[in-house]
Amino acid sequence: MSATRLKYFQTGSFAAGNRLVEPDQRAVQSDPQRANAITCGHRACQGCGEALGARYALDAALRATDGDLIATNATGCLEVFSTPYPESSWQVPWIHSLFGNAAAVATGVAAALKAKGNTHTRVVGQGGDGGTVDIGFACLSGMFERGDDVLYICYDNEAYMNTGVQRSAATPPAAYTTTTQAVGDQPGAAWGQGKDAALIALAHEIPYVATATIADLRDLERKVHTAMEIRGARYIHVLVTCPLGWGAASADSIKLARLAMETGIFPVWEGEHGDVVSVTKIRHRTPVEEYLKLQTRFRHLFAPVRRDDVIARIQARADRNIARFGLLEALDEDQLDEAVEVDV
Amino acid sequence: MSSGTPAPPFAITLDVGSSRANLTGSWRTERPQYVRLTAPCGAGCPAAEDVQQWLYHAEEGGYEAAWRKIMERNPFPAVSGRICYHPCETACNRAQLDEAVGINSIERFLGDQALAAGWQIERPARDGGRRVLVIGAGPSGLSAAYHLALLGHHVTVRDMAPAAGGMMRYGIPKYRLPREILDAEIARIAALGAEFQLGAHVSDVVAERAAGSYDAVFLAVGATLPQRTYIPAGSAAKIVDAIALLRDAEDGSAGPPLLGRRVAVYGGGNTAMDAARTAKRLGAEESIIVYRRDRSHMPAHESELMEALAEGIQVKWLTTITAADAGELTVERMELDEHGRPQPTGEFEKLGADAVVLATGQVSDLSLLEGVAGIETEDNVVKVDGNMMTGHAGIFAGGDMVPAERTATVAIGHGRRAAHGIDRWLRGEPADEGWGLADSASATGVGPAPMTAQVPFERLNTWYYSDAPKTVRAELDAVRRSSTFDEVVLGLDESNALFEARRCMSCGNCLACDNCYGVCPDNAVVKLDPPGAYAYAFDLDYCKGCGVCAAECPCGAIEMVPEPI
Amino acid sequence: MLEQIEGSQAVARAVAACRPEVICAYPISPQTHIVEALSRQVKSGALAPCEFVNVESEYAAMSVAIGASATGARAYTATASQGLLYMTEALYNASGLGLPIVMTVANRAIGAPINIWNDHSDSMSQRDSGWIQLYVESNQEAVDVHLQAFRLAEAVSLPVMVCMDGFILTHAVERVELPEQEQVDQFLPTFVPRQQLDPEHPLTIGAMVGPEAFTEVRYLAHYKQMQALDLIPEVAGLFEQRFGRSSGGLVRRYRSDDAETIIVALGSVLGTIEDVVDELRATGERIGAVAIRTFRPWPAAEVRSALAGAGRVIVLEKALSVGIGGIVSQNVQGALAGLPASVHTAIAGLGGRPITKASLRQLFAAARAGRLGELTFVDLNHQLVDAEIQRMLSDRRSGPHAENMLRDVGVVGAGPV
Repeated sequence: MSATRLKYFQTGSFAAGNRLVEPDQRAVQSDPQRANAITCGHRACQGCGEALGARYALDAALRATDGDLIATNATGCLEVFSTPYPESSWQVPWIHSLFGNAAAVATGVAAALKAKGNTHTRVVGQGGDGGTVDIGFACLSGMFERGDDVLYICYDNEAYMNTGVQRSAATPPAAYTTTTQAVGDQPGAAWGQGKDAALIALAHEIPYVATATIADLRDLERKVHTAMEIRGARYIHVLVTCPLGWGAASADSIKLARLAMETGIFPVWEGEHGDVVSVTKIRHRTPVEEYLKLQTRFRHLFAPVRRDDVIARIQARADRNIARFGLLEALDEDQLDEAVEVDV
Repeated sequence: MSSGTPAPPFAITLDVGSSRANLTGSWRTERPQYVRLTAPCGAGCPAAEDVQQWLYHAEEGGYEAAWRKIMERNPFPAVSGRICYHPCETACNRAQLDEAVGINSIERFLGDQALAAGWQIERPARDGGRRVLVIGAGPSGLSAAYHLALLGHHVTVRDMAPAAGGMMRYGIPKYRLPREILDAEIARIAALGAEFQLGAHVSDVVAERAAGSYDAVFLAVGATLPQRTYIPAGSAAKIVDAIALLRDAEDGSAGPPLLGRRVAVYGGGNTAMDAARTAKRLGAEESIIVYRRDRSHMPAHESELMEALAEGIQVKWLTTITAADAGELTVERMELDEHGRPQPTGEFEKLGADAVVLATGQVSDLSLLEGVAGIETEDNVVKVDGNMMTGHAGIFAGGDMVPAERTATVAIGHGRRAAHGIDRWLRGEPADEGWGLADSASATGVGPAPMTAQVPFERLNTWYYSDAPKTVRAELDAVRRSSTFDEVVLGLDESNALFEARRCMSCGNCLACDNCYGVCPDNAVVKLDPPGAYAYAFDLDYCKGCGVCAAECPCGAIEMVPEPI
Repeated sequence: MLEQIEGSQAVARAVAACRPEVICAYPISPQTHIVEALSRQVKSGALAPCEFVNVESEYAAMSVAIGASATGARAYTATASQGLLYMTEALYNASGLGLPIVMTVANRAIGAPINIWNDHSDSMSQRDSGWIQLYVESNQEAVDVHLQAFRLAEAVSLPVMVCMDGFILTHAVERVELPEQEQVDQFLPTFVPRQQLDPEHPLTIGAMVGPEAFTEVRYLAHYKQMQALDLIPEVAGLFEQRFGRSSGGLVRRYRSDDAETIIVALGSVLGTIEDVVDELRATGERIGAVAIRTFRPWPAAEVRSALAGAGRVIVLEKALSVGIGGIVSQNVQGALAGLPASVHTAIAGLGGRPITKASLRQLFAAARAGRLGELTFVDLNHQLVDAEIQRMLSDRRSGPHAENMLRDVGVVGAGPV
């Protein structure tokens, strides 16, 4: 009888854990002993993607450093919901200074550690998109170019949510915010504005830059782990959903982040020293409309008059990301590499 | 200018983790709860196997546990793993993602593992057991005997054939079901204490019951008589019945049936496929199926047809045989009307054939019920209640002789249902009319919440399952298989059986993937060690009711319910 | 060790002797020489262990210092003028978090119009920032007070600004007694932070505090500065014991005990004032001076006591609170509440204009003659401003005053209006 060589695929590998795989192959978030860098009782809204993203990232960093970590934090939702006197949700040494200086404070922490000869304690700076790509950008760029030994993580929910959903440089075109209202010929945020902080970080030629979302936990954790194995300035830009600011159901938080990824709206990639070195492929390519229609910040694209022109423009943006980063190419090959071969 | 440990500044600096004092559960308007729902595979199983549950064990390599889970419902895993038309796979949600889980092949693997390892079912104590006569040793009768034995009753199985198995032996060719497999699974039933009386005919049920002091009788005589099909035939025409052909091919006592070089099989059911393939194996150079409708209206299972075609069987669609003569048939081309019924066209042609095998259906021989009070029949099948009892108290019936789809798996399901019905009747309990398949699944008591609703595909979050097409069972070379009665479809080895089991998406049943624990923004999911009724619990002190856990549960095992006021 | 040395270099030496562990620097005149010298010391290994961070702004400088200080490192930076304003937000944060950062402010005017020269506008604008503000009169005092500043900051867990006049002190070369490392090490104990980012003992620093506790937090900040009023003389006393020099403290009196007229001032101008006081004393005039060495916390009792006997107090200020006048004088008036002395404000030396003995003599003479008003701008070119005021009154769109006036004095060519 002739044997056919077939490829087999382990299943369930995208969930946090799986009783079928060895504990060390499970996500940090599946570990009953995980650090819970942000613990219960925080005041984030229901379904807050930032609370999730920060816990994912810091727990992974804590695992990578054996709990030897100091975190700094920009002003913003994350800071406000986690540390209203008299309660703190943090379980790591953590400092909040100002809106725009989380990266510089992190630099100061790293400098102090270095001066003290402490080579084991590691530093993570954190901020939202406003605190990172807008008001904190100079400090961030300075931290990058000096090569300070800091991993900076931006939790990007695409607007100033803490102050009531105002437009930031990370707000996508056509999105409603309270300062880019859904009125006029081109409702929502203007086209041709905004900045891609991750690509700008990459342009600093720092050792490691990555994007990630809260929808792909293992990918995010792996990137944080990789970042913590490297010294110098590192940057991870995490897309986190804001049910309030995006006008979405709280239960859809992860789904929306996943759709952002699967539509190509938010490309997920890794870069080293100025070059993109890998991308996370889209597994089930989805039209942008599936993403847009779940969010009231894009409601004006569907009613009272359906704006096919704007939807097409957003689709074109996503398609450009797909083409630019190669988010679809060689999908099968990659997956086949991961598959187990079995003789039949 | 003091020394020692200074106190941190008031209010600006806080103790870590102090937010646990803030019980955010008060924000909640909905709360999540874990549920167990009926997976479509189990709901689709005529033998009421809890497929999802046995796959759960198989996924972990717990093959014996998986097998024992099957054996709670079906004593024939190795047989069913070969001959079942697996409606479970038709129902499988994974079919909507890539391909259905190869449940049938895993079942066969488990059945074969059990035979290889000699796993046995423990013989139960029989204190207080009653006497039950089972008439017919086919799948339904054997299934009933098995479950009655497990329930502690004394069972006698009577069949007129020289060997037990019914249509599993005399209707299904050995290239589909090797006899040593069948024998071994029947032997396990005998080992539980069921008494077999073979080659014994029963002509009067009531008399037999009284003579043997049986407390109850289960009738499972099957459908063994050919449906009469009139074909004007010359005296030299050779016309044989498909069931007889298959029986003779199995029995062998009369020597191999002689059919000639060219054989036409008339009919479009699974028996027709088996007959055509058997004819080929008996030496026919040409084996052609003549069927009056088209492929889409054919009752045979697609897999059977595919295998037949692969072996060189031809099919003449939309054709009826109008006359048979020596070496030649007259056939008429048919057309389907708007209802899909074949209508004659008046176009005739000749078709060379040395023999015609009639595979146009079977009916039950109900002669043993003649004159039995209370028994109702309709269209030559016996009416039964929810306990499978006929209109005559204490006489039950199942399998092909009752109104249902005629497959071995349906019959196996009837046998179990009848066994429990008999047991209930013997204990004076009322019939359970609502004993449907979903309810039967809950009877295992696997979880605190009753399994009620089925799980639609939309309820799953399939992104979490990596893409994994169904394992293709290696098939014997078509050339080789058409000349022998060796088994055509081969089983899975352990590695691919395990893989295939792991393709199960565990619809509606927690698969312990930790996703809820991972995705809760409020750390309000607690992992239980050791697991309780579920592997996790919700910490309602902190759960804000966002619903992310439910939305991100890959298998739909969490649902949101309004917060009690 | 006595050395002929530039003020900035001397301060750099003093700071280095305090063994800062993190120094962050952004260039702005006139503080640059200090951090340049420190960068050399760190790079050469002379100052070690120490991280010298070239930041991208003063805002970052203070932020890096905040991070470093919160991690238990002794942190230092220097700035001036616009730079100080650019880090304003971080200044309040550092003090609010109680981080004992020491910073040199090389006092300089703030624009517009841009002006690189000395006055006290910059540090005066930060008087409410919660920092301790010490003003030095000489380069010797600058050296000495930096040593005291670290000790003080760490003792009360508050940041300290050492204010020294830009150019006048930072760029002046004079004889300075520089402390030996050993002496400094004895004087300045190891930094034991009141709170520290430490994975072994995690804390949350920088919580959000609402109305329920914000007043208490602010009260405690005030209380800490009040505590410093006791501590500052204590540290100065200790310094004098160790080094044999009197430096720092809250206020310093110069021939003021029996003075009818007392000049109150901050910083290097005291030298000129004292010269004039001496001259006038020689003529029999009962005049003296009081140097405010600690402006925040405000040493009200010491000021009141020093000025209690005076009939007339002239506060000579190098900063202007536009719309009211003097800043220090308001504080002085508060300290003298209920006493008979009249308080006059004299704004002088803005944007680097020299304060000459002649001008001072003129000012004091006017006071003596009872011609001094409440608010005086020393050496103000009345002709110039009067002309501009006239222009303003006649044409509400007369353009920028500064440019108009410069055109009047002939610095800028007269173009088409």
